[in-house]
Amino acid sequence: MNARFALLMTGLLCAGAAMAGDADRVAASHGWIRVMPGALPAGGYVVLENHGDRAVSLSAASSPAYAEVMLHKSSTDTGMGRMEKVDALSIPAHGKAALSPGGYHLMLMKAAAPVKVGDKVRVTLRFADGSTLDTEFEAKPANTVDGGDMSQMHHH
Amino acid sequence: MKPRRLVRALLLLSVLLGAFLLAGCQRGGELPWKLTNVSGHMPDLDFKLVDDHGKPVSGADYRGKVVLMYFGYTHCPDVCPLTLAQLHVVMQRLGPLADDARILFVSVDPARDTPEVMHAYVNAFDPRAVGLSGEPRALEALSKRYRSAYTREPDKGDGQYEVSHSSAIYLFDRDGKARLLSTAADAQDDLVHDLHLLLDTGAKP
Repeated sequence: MNARFALLMTGLLCAGAAMAGDADRVAASHGWIRVMPGALPAGGYVVLENHGDRAVSLSAASSPAYAEVMLHKSSTDTGMGRMEKVDALSIPAHGKAALSPGGYHLMLMKAAAPVKVGDKVRVTLRFADGSTLDTEFEAKPANTVDGGDMSQMHHH
Repeated sequence: MKPRRLVRALLLLSVLLGAFLLAGCQRGGELPWKLTNVSGHMPDLDFKLVDDHGKPVSGADYRGKVVLMYFGYTHCPDVCPLTLAQLHVVMQRLGPLADDARILFVSVDPARDTPEVMHAYVNAFDPRAVGLSGEPRALEALSKRYRSAYTREPDKGDGQYEVSHSSAIYLFDRDGKARLLSTAADAQDDLVHDLHLLLDTGAKP
């Protein structure tokens, strides 16, 4: 009984220690989801800022609103549009990494209930050390063009 | 000696002037495109597919419209929506002129992209977008016709799969002639510029 209690406490302490890890040094902003019609998979985007002295690695994400969330990367090198699953996205020390259309993104699949434009969706980001960060993504219309993306598109 | 020199100089001048005018004429005949000009290098718009209302359509049904053709699939969550969202912005920038243009979104995933799915998908982006699907063989023929390519990637185990596909946008004039090719590297301003040329003039040779 005592041994089991001790084991449980150790587990809780470890979980507590993990919570106070990489996630504490990362700030997430501009999270949004491109809402697609029907049950089609949606893209999720967010800007991550690392205030720490060493690089931090985003390794996974989950959301109560979707059964499956995967970290993906798109590319259009050589004129072919491709998408591949990636294991991690590194956020440099005192730097930024963006999940943005046409690059790294979350692929959100199998919505528990239809996600509507304007909804706030909770997305939990998980880092390589096991620590997690709860964020809120805003559901936006399918034909949204990212603010940052637009500035890249216009060459005046 | 002197008058002969003058004659030679005048002759040279007229030859140069002629060459200059000729060059000017050649430039005038070709519109100042900013995108990649493929006029005469690609076949006219032609296909037999099904639109997003379930109606059989052919390339001839879009004569009179300037066509932007793009290959993709609805289960593509990132690049396809990004491209279609950007094309929607382009259409908005064209204003009322855009009513004479059509975005043809051609599926490279006929197994999943039924007319119903395509209808909901294209209308989430722009009212002037049309979703085309159809027989796998007909889609393959269209893709080959424009030297486009697509590959169905291996199943992820749960019936989910991705399709890698060419990301270029093909532009056709009102006569169904292939005119321009736009890639992800091109600036949106260039696309708007060239669409103005195609829509203003009809780009008749």
